[in-house]
This record gives sequence, structure tokens and C-alpha cells, in this order.
Amino acid sequence: MAKLTIPAEELLRSGHSACPGCGAALAMRYVLKALGPETIVTVPASCWTVIGTPYPTTALDVPMLDNPIEATGASVSGLRAALDALGQKGLTVVGFAGDGGTVDIGLQSLSGMLERGTDAIYVMYDNEAYMNTGIQRSGSTPSLAWTTTTPVGGASRGKLEPKKDIMAIVAAHHPVYAATGNIAFPEDLIKKVAKAKALSGPRFFHVLAPCPPGWRYDAERTIEVGRLATDTHLFPLYEVENDRYRITRRIERPKPVADYLRLQGRFDHLRVEEVASLQEAVEARYRRLLALESASA
Amino acid sequence: MAREVLSGDYAQSYAAKLARVDVVAAYPITPQTSIVEKLADLVVTGALRAQYIKVESEHSALQACVSASALGARAYTATSSQGLLLMHELLHWASGMRTPVVMGVANRAVAAPWSIDVDHADSMSQRDTGWIQFYAESNQEVLDTVLAAFRLSEDEAVRLPSMVAMDAFYLTHTVEPVDVPEQADVDRFLPPRSKVGTLDPHRPTRLGSFTSPEHYTEFRHAVASASKAAAQLAPTVEEEYARIVGRDLGGPLPRYLTDDADAILVTMGTATTTARSTVDALRAEGRKVGLAKLRRFRPFPSEEVRALGRTGARIGVLDRSFTYGAAGAAATEVMAALYAASPRPLVRSFVAGLGGRDITPALVRSLYRHLLEEEGPEVVWADLKVPPGEATAEALHG
Ligand SMILES: Cc1ncc(C[n+]2csc(CCOP(=O)(O)OP(=O)(O)O)c2C)c(N)n1
Ligand SMILES: [Mg+2]
Repeated sequence: MAKLTIPAEELLRSGHSACPGCGAALAMRYVLKALGPETIVTVPASCWTVIGTPYPTTALDVPMLDNPIEATGASVSGLRAALDALGQKGLTVVGFAGDGGTVDIGLQSLSGMLERGTDAIYVMYDNEAYMNTGIQRSGSTPSLAWTTTTPVGGASRGKLEPKKDIMAIVAAHHPVYAATGNIAFPEDLIKKVAKAKALSGPRFFHVLAPCPPGWRYDAERTIEVGRLATDTHLFPLYEVENDRYRITRRIERPKPVADYLRLQGRFDHLRVEEVASLQEAVEARYRRLLALESASA
Repeated sequence: MAREVLSGDYAQSYAAKLARVDVVAAYPITPQTSIVEKLADLVVTGALRAQYIKVESEHSALQACVSASALGARAYTATSSQGLLLMHELLHWASGMRTPVVMGVANRAVAAPWSIDVDHADSMSQRDTGWIQFYAESNQEVLDTVLAAFRLSEDEAVRLPSMVAMDAFYLTHTVEPVDVPEQADVDRFLPPRSKVGTLDPHRPTRLGSFTSPEHYTEFRHAVASASKAAAQLAPTVEEEYARIVGRDLGGPLPRYLTDDADAILVTMGTATTTARSTVDALRAEGRKVGLAKLRRFRPFPSEEVRALGRTGARIGVLDRSFTYGAAGAAATEVMAALYAASPRPLVRSFVAGLGGRDITPALVRSLYRHLLEEEGPEVVWADLKVPPGEATAEALHG
């Protein structure tokens, strides 16, 4: 039997108020397992505002600061500056933000944090929509997905535009470390977060966090959905360290993207040719990733 | 104590340095920019040991200060006009999180249309954010008030942020002799921050949080109480400052020749200096006029205004801002404070000096004339050039 590499310590308490099967809760759980208790988390308006449990309770066994939705990048800079000024060493500062709070309204402060070189980890948990406000499209919603603001019906086929490539945007800032992660592959995620913890400077994680109510699948299938995202090459696991790309999970025979789409109600309306177009887009994106990997090797 | 020739901007920078701020985060905007340029110099040369965060916006500047302050750091930022408007969301966060950030504000008109010159619309638009607000008349006052603001803001009973506002260019870019206190005296006056209410990096607590109707009102009431505490504590802070540094800050509403006055003008910022010299001139002509300087706008000194009302004089409030559909921002507060006064003095709202228009001695004279001799509208745009149907003091007096 393979040795379990996941730390036993739980820093997310079981009393949190996430929905059953919430990928965002797992993302926090694994990130904190990798980082340990000497961590401060700053969280913008998002599902995590609620998951963290209301006053006067808290679901985390580490300090948590709330910040407005677009300012996570600035909040981590302020926390780090205070720790430095007050001579507090050995703490990891983490911004833990949703996709909307990162790729849309928070893109500026993320860019600022990366550019000014803040010594902190920014985790974007990606549930591919504004979930806390009730499943509206974000720049990170994949094309053709149903959301409440990209309804399906008449001529409308869901979201028209492709998903914003946040990893490319982040990589263009040349941070010391950036990686994708998936709650369905905790060993990979935890290994990367632990590696990032040992580095200093700005570090970024794009973590896929499936959302049962938002993606319209049954809560017990979160891991299955998450696994398929990676096993189809739709959400490849890789890292970018000092501009060098490395795929951390290679799939010899990727499954058809249709297997992933089929499980989710948000893609229920897709026609055969639309599934084929998504399959093509996934393959093209993966080829670009391979090219980046070999070009930077 | 060293006497130096400083601009209002540099008075802010040197005050922040004397306060030994831990964290500075700021974004450039005219006419605030030289504050943070000077602070950058002071940090680079080692004269100030602080973390200087180069943020990409004012929104981020204040967020960075709030987060730093939440951990117990002494944080300072400065801005003006559009930058202050952009910070609006964070202004509420700062007071709600009880982070005693101190901010320099170069009072500048807001767009549209663009103007880089003085008025108070920027900070007046922030009056309901829970921040303590001071308005300075001179560069000396700027420096002294920033130091006093840190002390007041950081008091355990207060823990509210402060802004120290000063008129664009008239103060920000005008140099005056300023007595710069000794570091040792400032250190005695302003001890390091207490850790009460801050986020302990080793204790799992949540700051900010998410509330239900069960708790939200009490959070708001706590800010209201803290604001009241700030008003109660301010005299003690000023006494301490006077005792240690040797300068009297004058309270929230210092008065000039008001006891026997028939007409009193309430002013803010640099218009006070012009008004004071005009009072002298009018007194020499036998007119019984007086002046009150509104140094602190939040918490509003209602008691002091009521005391002013008891002089029996007519009161004119000169605002460099306007709250649409009502009157000048300070005027509405003065009127509200005097509503229950018996007898209730006559109060007029004078709006002038917007977008950098000069408030001249002649204009101030016309305001007193208006108060002393004429009946007229409650709200007067006193220096309007083309009156679109509304009376102006100038027009009323030919
Ligand atoms: C300035 C501002 N605009 C809008 C909102 C409303 N809002 C709260 S949470 C949220 C959704 C955030 O989406 P995302 O970052 O993807 O996180 P998720 O809710 O999906 O976890 C929005 C739009 C807000 N809090 N602040
Ligand atoms: Mg989301």
C-alpha cells in the first residue's frame, strides 16, 4: 500500500458551513494541512466568507482576516509588511480568494501583489462562477457553461466567451512559483503548497474546486468530477517555477472531455458538435502547455 | 525643537516619521504626492524604519494599511480627491475593523469636471464612514494634528482611524516656518501601539467576520460609542500634547472674538486665516464680528457649537463643499446641533471657494454684511459668477 503523505493535522474545523461536497472547503483544508498552524489567511467576499462561519465563531485554527472582494492582493501585502515591521518571523501569509474575486474584480490587486514581489501565497480556488451570489458567470466560467447570467434557451447556448487564462496572466508577472492544483489530487496539491511554503516571494495557486450546486451534480461526485477534469487534460496539473513549466501529473491516455461534461447539469444542453469543439479546445490548450514545458526545459 | 520651513505636504511626512510609523502604503495624486515622495526618501535613507508598500491604487493603499494595522502595526497613508473617493469602501472597513490608520488628505475638488484645486467635497463625501476628521489651518497645525491624531486614534477606547485634511496648494505646496518637535518628546507623547483589538498571528480568531442581525447593530453601535469616546478623550490628548510639546491645539472649535459678537462666521481650513484678518479689519471699523474655526468635523463638536449659539450671535457657516439638495456640509451639522437651542440663532449656509476659487477678504466682508444687515435665503452661493436664478451675497449687496 502506498504511504499516505497527507498531514493528519486538521486546521479546518468540521463545524464549517460549506455545502456538502464543497470543493472550496477541501481546497482550504489541504492548503492549511500543507502550511501548518503558523499561517495567517486573508479572505475576500466569496463563499469562504460564509464557510468560515459567522461571528462569534471561526472554522479555522489559524487567524483569518476578512477583506473586500477586490483587495486580497493588497491585504496580503499589508499583512506581510506588518509582520516584517513588527519583527514577526516564520509566518506564512495566504490570500485565499475565489475565481471572480481574482480573475475579474481582484485582478488589479493580484497583479500589484505579484509585481511588487510580496512574500505571500495567493490561492485562487476556482469554482468557475460567482457562487456566493448564486451562480453568475465570471471570467473564469468555461465557455458554453450555463450560469444564471448565461442562461440557456432560444439562441443562447450558455457562456459565449472562453475561460480567462489566469495562469498565463500570473506567469507573465514571473513570480517565483505558480501552480495548478485540484482538490481531487490532494497529494499533488499538498506537495506543491509545501514546496511553495519553503520559497519566498509571490507564489500563486490555481486550484480547481468543483461546486455541486453551481455545476449541478450530486454532492458525492465532487472527487469524481475533479478527477475527470484532470484526466481529460481539461485541467492539467503543472507548476511554473522561475518561468520553467513542468507537468506534475501526466496522463497517458486522456479520457474524452465528454465524460467530464456529462456529469454536470451546467453542460446538459450541449450538442454533439459543441462537445467536439470543447474537446478540440482542450487538446489545443494541452499542446500549448506541452510546448511551454519543452521550450522552458 | 527645531524650526524648519516646510510645506503642508512635508509637515505630514515629518509627522509620520516622528510618529515612527511601521507601514506606509500610498499612491500618487496631486497635490498629495510629495508627502509620499518624502516618505520614500526617509525610508530609503534609513531616517524612517518602515515598510513602504508600493501599491497599485488607493484602494489597495488603504487595504494594505488596514491589514497591517489589524496586526498591530502603525500605518499611514495619504491621498486626495479621486483617490479618497476610490478608497470609500475601505474607509468603512477601516472603522469597522477598528484599525487606527492615520491618513493625510490634501483637500481637492472632485471630478467631473476635473480640478486639481482646493475644496472639501472629497473628505466631506466621507463624513459618514466612522473616521475622525480634522481640518488644518496652517502647516504647523498639520504636523501637530497628525501626531495628536495617532494618539487619539490608537487609544484603546477609540481605535478609530483619523484623517488630517489640509487645503490643496494653500497648505500642501506653501511653505511656512514649522516647529518640529524633538523625537524624544514625541516618543513620550505617543507610545507604541497597544495590542488590544489586534489580530494575534498565533491565535485562531477571525477579524471582520460575517454577522447576522443578531450582532450587526452592536458592531455599529460600538463604532458610534468609540466616536463619542474620541470626542471625550480629545481634550486630554491635546492637554498632553501641550504639556509635552508645548503647543495648544485649541480644541475642536477654537473661537476668535465671539463673546460680544453679533455675527459669527464658522470656517474650516485656510479660509480661517483670511476670515480672521477680516474680523480684525471689521472690528477696527466698530463691527462686532467673530469667528469660530471648525477644526474637527468628526466627531462633530455639537456641544461647542451650542455654546457658540449661546452668544446670541447670528451664525454663518462657510463651506467649501455642498451636499446637493441641502446646504453646505458643515452648515447642515451646525443647524442640526442648534435645532434644540432656545432661542435658536439664525444660521446661514455660505458656499464658496469651490475648485480653488479664492476666498478673499472682500468676500468674507460680504458674508458678515449679509449676516448683520440683510434677511435672505438660508443657502447662499457666495462667489457665484453667473447666478442662475439664485441670490448670491455679492448680488444681494450690489
Ligand atoms: C465590491 C463588491 N461587489 C460585489 C460583491 C458581491 N459578491 C460577494 S461574493 C461574490 C462572488 C464572488 O465570486 P468568487 O470570487 O468566484 O467566489 P465564490 O463566491 O464563487 O466562492 C460577489 C459578486 C461584493 N461583496 N463586493
Ligand atoms: Mg467562484
